[in-house]
Amino acid sequence: MRQDPLIPMLGEVTAIRTDTPDVKTFRVMGVDGEKPFVHIPGQCAMLSMPGVGEALFSITSSPTEPYLDFSIKKCGCVTSWLHAMEVGQQITIRGPYGNGFPVDTELAGRDLLFIAGGIGLAPLHSVINYCRHYRDRYGKIDIVYGSRSKDDLVDFPEIENEWCKEAGINVHLTIDNPQEGWDGHVGFVPNFVKELAFDTNKTVLMCGPPIMIKFTLAGLLELGFSREQVYTTMELRMKCALGKCGRCNIGDKYVCKDGPVFRLDQLDELPDEY
Amino acid sequence: MQKRLKEKALELLSNCTVTRVLGWKTGEFFYDLTPAVFETAEEVEKEFVYSGFSGANLSKYLIQESRKQGKVAVFLKPCDSYSFQQLLKEHRILRENVYVVGISCNGLLDMEKIRAQGCEGVTAVTEDGDTLTVDTLYGTTKLSRNDCLLERCAVCKSKKIVAFDELIGEQGEELESNRFDRVAELEAMTPEERFAFWREELSRCIRCNACRNVCPACSCEKCVFDNEKSGVRNKAIADSFEENLFHIIRAFHVAGRCTDCGECSRVCPQNIPLHLLNRKFIKDINEFYGVYQAGADMDTKSPLTDFTLDDCEPSIVHERGGVQG
Amino acid sequence: MKRIAVENLQSLFAAVSAKKQLYIPADDSAGQAKFTLWSEGTVLTEKLNTVRSAKDLFFPQVENLVNFKVSSKKIEILENRDSSEPFVVFGVRACDCRSFDILDTVFLSDPVDTYYQSRRENGLVITLACNRPAETCFCGVFGIDASDPAGDVTCWMDKAYLYWRANTERGQELTKSLSVLEDCDESSVDAIREASKQILQKLPLNDLDLTDFRENKLLDVFNDSAWGELSESCLGCGTCTFVCPTCQCYDVQDFDNGREVRRFRCWDSCMYSDFTMMAHGTNRPTQKERFRQRFMHKLVYYPNNNNGVFGCVGCGRCLQKCPIHMNIVKVTKKLKEGMV
Repeated sequence: MRQDPLIPMLGEVTAIRTDTPDVKTFRVMGVDGEKPFVHIPGQCAMLSMPGVGEALFSITSSPTEPYLDFSIKKCGCVTSWLHAMEVGQQITIRGPYGNGFPVDTELAGRDLLFIAGGIGLAPLHSVINYCRHYRDRYGKIDIVYGSRSKDDLVDFPEIENEWCKEAGINVHLTIDNPQEGWDGHVGFVPNFVKELAFDTNKTVLMCGPPIMIKFTLAGLLELGFSREQVYTTMELRMKCALGKCGRCNIGDKYVCKDGPVFRLDQLDELPDEY
Repeated sequence: MQKRLKEKALELLSNCTVTRVLGWKTGEFFYDLTPAVFETAEEVEKEFVYSGFSGANLSKYLIQESRKQGKVAVFLKPCDSYSFQQLLKEHRILRENVYVVGISCNGLLDMEKIRAQGCEGVTAVTEDGDTLTVDTLYGTTKLSRNDCLLERCAVCKSKKIVAFDELIGEQGEELESNRFDRVAELEAMTPEERFAFWREELSRCIRCNACRNVCPACSCEKCVFDNEKSGVRNKAIADSFEENLFHIIRAFHVAGRCTDCGECSRVCPQNIPLHLLNRKFIKDINEFYGVYQAGADMDTKSPLTDFTLDDCEPSIVHERGGVQG
Repeated sequence: MKRIAVENLQSLFAAVSAKKQLYIPADDSAGQAKFTLWSEGTVLTEKLNTVRSAKDLFFPQVENLVNFKVSSKKIEILENRDSSEPFVVFGVRACDCRSFDILDTVFLSDPVDTYYQSRRENGLVITLACNRPAETCFCGVFGIDASDPAGDVTCWMDKAYLYWRANTERGQELTKSLSVLEDCDESSVDAIREASKQILQKLPLNDLDLTDFRENKLLDVFNDSAWGELSESCLGCGTCTFVCPTCQCYDVQDFDNGREVRRFRCWDSCMYSDFTMMAHGTNRPTQKERFRQRFMHKLVYYPNNNNGVFGCVGCGRCLQKCPIHMNIVKVTKKLKEGMV
């Protein structure tokens, strides 16, 4: 019998880390103890618990790591179930899906500016660590990351202990409102980006809530960035992740297959339905 | 009739009684009319049609239309007016934003029935009294008008327009209808025969939801069968029997509120006689609680949402020959 | 070319059926045509076409994908694929036959959908040329010749004979094995084809012209102001989608019977309110957006990705079955008014 791409393989959750009140990071390995597959930063995978449902998630870990990590925010049926389970649980996994970020082509040799809001760090996390691993292939790296509060910053220990301490990486953190024990920047991401007044020679990788994207983009354009310099990654309801079930169809693109990473000038050619 | 309706629509728009008119719009052919909102005299002149093929019951659209700015005029045939009044009774339509023009009716035509009588490639149908002249790509046929009526019209229950601001044509009367004959036939079957009958009929269902979406009694903002969390979502077919239950549950949900407008059967692409399920409920209600017609007036309480000391005992089901336990 | 007398059709069906499962369009209990598994006594319909299209045989409304057995933390994956056996479908019209090409571009493109693929490999298609097209037919608009359809075998019928021409290798193989067929001259069907062409030329929807959709920008069509008016009376049901031979969107659902979880797929419709619903809302909140998606997909998105081929074959089913008589012809004509 043929193996169909809709039939998943078995995986096991080998570690669960609580990042924020509503975000946990799950480490998924094959039942043979191996990494299920190799991905490109920005690609996604379908995780499922039979009987609960199947959903598409960004892969958070870098392909250079020997495991797959998924930082997942609790918001629906499948994610609530994932948040309630324990280490050692088997789940199903299939992928990798989507185009991913052009890390080895368009991004190579460039100064990179990562802009993330909340759980939007998840897909960028993979790219950031990939770039750190192949540090000499990229220019300067700036990371702007914001969330509602300090407690909502996903994987704060890694940011604080690794990213912030690494030469050639500038991390700019911000939270929406003042908070005890926080002496960093306070304010929304779009304004922060404008205040930081980055050089316009950078390539921007952005992910976050639509409202953040909208206003940050306006700020970037004001600073003199062009839409061809900005990449973002999208999220829509998907069922097959194979470009067939029709759910994530926007214009003549299927987000699961032609995306989820789009350059903003490419998005401009699509209907505003995302 | 078309001329009088058009004139009325133009008059209501031009004297500012209403800002919009809900009617039927011309199609590619003579029979494929679409419910539409007309906002200008020009649109009415060009596209408004009333003919034997204006079967669509416009009352359900008023749930939305009566909540928009300005008053809307609507043309209601007698059976449509029952649906309208039932929706009023359920507080689903804002009456003050609607101007109802009741229109008398001598029965509407069913293109499916015309096709089923061997007419292929129909290009025109001309009505002349009891005769229909059907022009097709392959010649002309004459059919009896009675043989081409929509099911609900063939067994018309009432020519009375129960709610209106003005009338075009004569006010009619409630009729002696034989609409329950087929239900009685089904009741006379053995349970096994009846089960087989419905399994066969409902096996054709493709779960398109047209019956539900057109039904004026199905006016929930969100149907339980569309709710992912309900566990009975429209696509979650556990087996073919669950598919059948969808229609039975729907019939339960509209029992006591269904006016027997017949839209469910008219729109079913698979020609399932869905109205028979509703009629069974109506017949039972009539027999258990006395004759009750949903939508006939604004005051009478539906027997299923009312309690009186005279109500029949549940055991009546057993007395009628039902299986106990 | 081969032929068989019309009064012997049953012996042809019996002969085919002896080799493989045979589906033919036959009348159901409501008098509508439906592709039906042939058994003795199943009679070929006189209706022009089936209510449901022939896609059902390759992409059924519901099919099992896989089963799971879940016990505490362990999951077992169990094969539960509906078996696909070799079958023959007879009486497919030219429009439905073309729809297979459209479905193929979706399901057989990488990554291949193996459920569909095995049915396509197992299914031998025998088409039947149209003698009496309906007023709702417009396959000619898409370059389809209803008087000479494609398929593994093409058939024509007049009052006396069914004519049979094998087009493909497997069509020829089947033909060889059918001794009930007798040889005849290629020109036997000329008269039938000619008569059919005469009618096809007269069809009322022949003037439909979609070339503007190839020349206009995607966003201009998308942003056309007519969508609101076109969709205002749409009921949001799935009739058009489900009778359409080219609609192929699907949903994947799990059903837990307490012992096993059955993962199945079923047809879905972009007309449904929950089609794009996610935990935090939907990107197509009103019927206007959902309605627009269906037609944009057939008229613009699909052609953009497939060398200008439209995602419609002109079978006319939606014209006949839409409860409010809104359809691709009306949409096309209305949108063209706004095009330059």
